[in-house]
Amino acid sequence: MTQDYTFQFSKSSKYLNATLLIIPMVLLFIGIYGGLMQTFFRAGIIQSDPFVGGDYYKGLTFHGVLNAIVFTTFFAVALGNALIPYALKKNLNTKIAWASGILMLGGSVLAAIMILVGEATVLYTFYPPMKAHPLFYVGLVLLVVGSWLASYNWVPIYLEWRKENLGKKTPLSVVGMLTTFIIWFIATLAVAVEILFMLLPWSMGLVDEINVMLARTLFWFFGHPLVYFWLLPAYVMYYVFLPKISGGKLYSDMAGRLVFMMFILFSIPVGTHHQYMDPAIGAQWKLLHGIFTFAVALPSLITAFTIAASLEYSARLRGSKGYFNWLWNQPYFDKEKWFFPYLILGLIIFIFGGIGGIVNASYQMNTIVHNTAWIPGHFHLTVAGPVLLAFLGGSLYLIGQFMNKEIRLKSWAMISPYVYTIGLFIMSYGLKVGGLKGMPRRTNTGASYANPDSTLFQPDWVFYIDLSVVGGIIMFVGIVMYLVSFFGTVFAKADPETREEGATVTFPISESLHDEEAKWLRNFKPYIIIAIILIVLSYTPVIYDVLQATYEGSLPFSPDSPVPLRD
Amino acid sequence: MDKSEKLALNLSGLLLLVFFGAIMYASVAKDIDVPTCITDMDPFVTDTLFQTAPDTYELQMVARMWAFQPSVVRLPVGSTVDLYVTSQDIIHGFKIDRKNVNLMAVPGTINYMRVTFDEPGEYLFACHEFCGAAHHTMAGRFVIEERLDEPEVEGDMGL
Repeated sequence: MTQDYTFQFSKSSKYLNATLLIIPMVLLFIGIYGGLMQTFFRAGIIQSDPFVGGDYYKGLTFHGVLNAIVFTTFFAVALGNALIPYALKKNLNTKIAWASGILMLGGSVLAAIMILVGEATVLYTFYPPMKAHPLFYVGLVLLVVGSWLASYNWVPIYLEWRKENLGKKTPLSVVGMLTTFIIWFIATLAVAVEILFMLLPWSMGLVDEINVMLARTLFWFFGHPLVYFWLLPAYVMYYVFLPKISGGKLYSDMAGRLVFMMFILFSIPVGTHHQYMDPAIGAQWKLLHGIFTFAVALPSLITAFTIAASLEYSARLRGSKGYFNWLWNQPYFDKEKWFFPYLILGLIIFIFGGIGGIVNASYQMNTIVHNTAWIPGHFHLTVAGPVLLAFLGGSLYLIGQFMNKEIRLKSWAMISPYVYTIGLFIMSYGLKVGGLKGMPRRTNTGASYANPDSTLFQPDWVFYIDLSVVGGIIMFVGIVMYLVSFFGTVFAKADPETREEGATVTFPISESLHDEEAKWLRNFKPYIIIAIILIVLSYTPVIYDVLQATYEGSLPFSPDSPVPLRD
Repeated sequence: MDKSEKLALNLSGLLLLVFFGAIMYASVAKDIDVPTCITDMDPFVTDTLFQTAPDTYELQMVARMWAFQPSVVRLPVGSTVDLYVTSQDIIHGFKIDRKNVNLMAVPGTINYMRVTFDEPGEYLFACHEFCGAAHHTMAGRFVIEERLDEPEVEGDMGL
């Protein structure tokens, strides 16, 4: 089967997609700067932010919100806006696409301003009864609504394509992107309820008190599927791009489809595994969420096999023999294939991220690691590992395509993920082992536990805190190398012959080695219905317990005072 | 589905079953569990420590911005403590170093875990949930001593 691998985007969608990549990249850089400062604060090197001002906790808030919530959401939308029209060969409604982009930009900038002026130092989990400025919550709502609108825009062309192509399999990239946003939509409903009906009226003073455990439970209903919302666009690139870039084929098309459907089933009824140490939820329900979490580990194990098998296949085409030679016979340092390291290094990091995730999910074993520095150590090996690297590689690839420009400084772009990965392993090792020694997360250790003059000084932790400084600096250098290539490409003069009306885009789309019929994996509907049943079964008893066990509501507090803001 | 793919799938499933078996073993045979839902405890706003049986104490602890009350608890070696934790303002976290105790202190609810101290020494507990500007100073410790007649607390509400 030969396929045409190019598609002409309209001029308007080309500008929109470039905007959706460039502005978040600036916000990402602010967040990453905040991340570097975190390591300095924790080691006691600085006591206030030298450029932005404010304390460790303000920096931690914008680091988390900008990197983990804003940048990721923009990239997921940009990838969908690119891949879905591309794979279906149909243009999007550009008015709706622009409206969604503007809502997301407005919301993100609003939330970022509230954080930077110090009115929303509540971290990216924004647990009540610590209260942020109402506009911070409004900003988050706009970001989420904008992302809903973007995915709503994909549905009509998907349905139209299905009607015109009866009996044909939907392209895997489209299945993956729709899966991402089905999970995102269901998950964000809970946080929308939390924000619109609880946090917003309470922060504006329309209601006095809030049920903290209920808000927290709704947050984690959203909070865990959120990590699959981050991960799945990376999975789309692993399944669809990586085999092709490596020079082979996707080992099994059905595995990809099965993995995405399993994520729909098990991504959401798992949130209580973030609340193993919480009061007001029965241990048996926590265990149930733990079992479902193990179920959602299965698609990642299948992915590890399928991608490894695809890479092995490509190496054997190039003549690799024996058991291990295929591992080395890959384009690791081919600067024309600079995208490859972004994907493969992410997968290598994810071996450790995945193992750590299973540890965290393991019920009573969570006692040892919950809210220690182990946790940020873990999620830097997931969201700041495979997810960030795939999104950076994807952003650079997309910007080159949508701006019709050859990528500049390809060797910098190719080396950057290696530098970053070395730093990441050093930093995460420091955080994880420090955590096992009892070091808490989200804590300005530089002002107490890591300060020899403090009565709280913990000499055991200092070495691990210093490791995270070293790792953090190396990660930052890696990112700067990337940004030089990214903005070098953005601001480079377009070659005159490529300056045209729209953008002709080509993606490295893999063909499949084993391409089975898999009729039972072709329709989302049954999987969504089963997912809803699982959600109802797993969350009804949890919410019931929370409502039963909470005996009073809470007034709002500012992070600066132990006296409530109202009485 | 080809043969190696099927094998990988089965092995993955088996691996997860083994992990799950280990969890159930720890829970059932070793009695290591996570906090559960408590509804039979009266809300408390001040901290108290009292003996309920030989070598067994009940400690009601209050977390607030930015201290644990009490912040120092001295107990004899071999003490078992029924530990109840609540918060009087915002969310705090409570983890005892080198012990299987890790509790979120959430306002409006009570959290519970039982802990036994068989070894003398100091056991730090540092607040591990962000609770505002001085979060990093919120900590306390259990001091377990060989010869101690009466348990003592410091940093309580001075009742």
